[in-house]
Amino acid sequence: MDIYLPIAEVSVDVFVLLGLGGAVGFLTGVFGVGGGFLVTPLLIFIGVPPTVAVASSANQLVGASVSGVLVHWRRGNVDFKMGYVLLVGGLVGSAFGVWLFTLLKRLGQIELTISLCYVVLLGTLGTLMMVESVYAQLRLHRPGVRRRKLHQHNWMHGLPLKARFRRSKLYISTLLPVGLGFVVGVFSAILGVGGGFIMVPAMIYMLGMPTAVVPGTSLLQIIFVAANVTLLQAYTNRTVDAVLALVLLLGGVIGARIGSRFGTRLRGDQLRLLLALMVLAVAAKLAFDLTVHPADPYSIVVDKT
Amino acid sequence: MSRSSVSRGRGSNILGSLSCTVIDQARGWGWGFAALILLSAPAHGETLAADLTSHLIAITTGFTGASVVLFGAIDGPGDVAVVARGPDREITVRRKSRIAGIWVNSREMTFANVPSFYFVAASRPLEEIVSPTTAAFYRLGVANLQLKPEGMTPPRVGDEFVTALVRQQQRARLFPDSVSKVSFVGERLFRTTIEFPSNVPIGTYLVQVFLIRDKDVVGGQTTPLVVSKVGIGADVFGFAGRQPALYGAIAVLTAMVAGWLASLPFRSA
Repeated sequence: MDIYLPIAEVSVDVFVLLGLGGAVGFLTGVFGVGGGFLVTPLLIFIGVPPTVAVASSANQLVGASVSGVLVHWRRGNVDFKMGYVLLVGGLVGSAFGVWLFTLLKRLGQIELTISLCYVVLLGTLGTLMMVESVYAQLRLHRPGVRRRKLHQHNWMHGLPLKARFRRSKLYISTLLPVGLGFVVGVFSAILGVGGGFIMVPAMIYMLGMPTAVVPGTSLLQIIFVAANVTLLQAYTNRTVDAVLALVLLLGGVIGARIGSRFGTRLRGDQLRLLLALMVLAVAAKLAFDLTVHPADPYSIVVDKT
Repeated sequence: MSRSSVSRGRGSNILGSLSCTVIDQARGWGWGFAALILLSAPAHGETLAADLTSHLIAITTGFTGASVVLFGAIDGPGDVAVVARGPDREITVRRKSRIAGIWVNSREMTFANVPSFYFVAASRPLEEIVSPTTAAFYRLGVANLQLKPEGMTPPRVGDEFVTALVRQQQRARLFPDSVSKVSFVGERLFRTTIEFPSNVPIGTYLVQVFLIRDKDVVGGQTTPLVVSKVGIGADVFGFAGRQPALYGAIAVLTAMVAGWLASLPFRSA
């Protein structure tokens, strides 16, 4: 059954969309990541214009992260103070990102930028996760490894404007979360992703936050950043397809339910290894497309007037 | 799902009310003048009459494309050619080239007046029934669309971009791969079918019918056809364009409510 997407101006099979949303929701349920990094490439793959795919994923992300935060909040795993500080950077970053997006779109380089960012980010992340999970597998067979310190002290702790984050048990410079929020905000606008896959490792390894409060806090600021991106994209580029976002959300809800039940049956490090392989596969596919001789080196853009 | 969402045209009323807007829109278009000249053409007295099975293509939520039949009659022997054009658009063509191992858009050209949709049909091969100058004047055939990039470009490079533009439009099924057939029933009655893909651009289309004798156009008729979004899709599209800020806000709120609903625990769980 085809559904006509009013902003994307294409007809897409509604079950393909539901399936896509479901698959991403399933991953969210199993792995606990947003899955936004998969939505945009897959949407482009089924024929949605890249600019619409990016903006509509941000819209879908608002819903997905609201439901995620509520679940974590009920378990008391959200550091609101940290979330708001991240948000300050995130809002500025996403506004800058949308401006950059508009500029690149005019220069005709937006598709290249989206692909390149994905290759670099997914490639790096996939490799890191791969290494980490392989180490974890090895550690299982060598018990008695020395417990690490809560976090190392380095140059970052010399920065000014220090503040205490009680829920995260941290006393650090506010410049750190603000800067992190900014970087994630920029990517969020350009790639249509929540940036959970950058934010989560950075919170754990850079800020040294306890793992339990990381997903909820990350999702909290993603709600606002994604909402900001959606608003700005709708206003500047008119590329938000609300129908597309809602169908994806519907599929995502169902997928997440099934995924979270399935996820409890697998071991954490096995899950991460699987996720790492999948992320690397997406990065490899995108990198391949960038370097291989295109079927047609020409492309056209219709200027709507 | 309904295959075509074409509703039957509302007789001559819609035709009458549309003709003003059509002519207004045609004013800026070079070929529009040709169409107007054509309307007052029957100086020789030759006539033809033609109409469409529908004057409105409604793009609904389940739209997967539509076909419209054009039918008509001529008053004596002759050939018939049919052209359907969507509103003109500005199209930018970009060419990728390899820079440091990856493919990057490196050169672009802009074409000011490209028909967003083009269809051509004839009762016999075009080169057999019209002279090249006539075909060029009436824009008969994709090769006669007079596509020219803006600014100064070396002709050979420009030609490559024109070819690429036509190829891309053909791939999107907005330009035809070949000239369709106008079939005759007896000597006087003719018909042809115009196929519109699901990605058909919205706007006012002009369908021109040419009566051709001795390699020249001796009569003609222009009929409007409106392609428009209707229903929820149209409302969403229109709203997103008129009130982008409010549209964005509603999109965000809807997603938030959907997310809240999704977070509610199952009773069974």
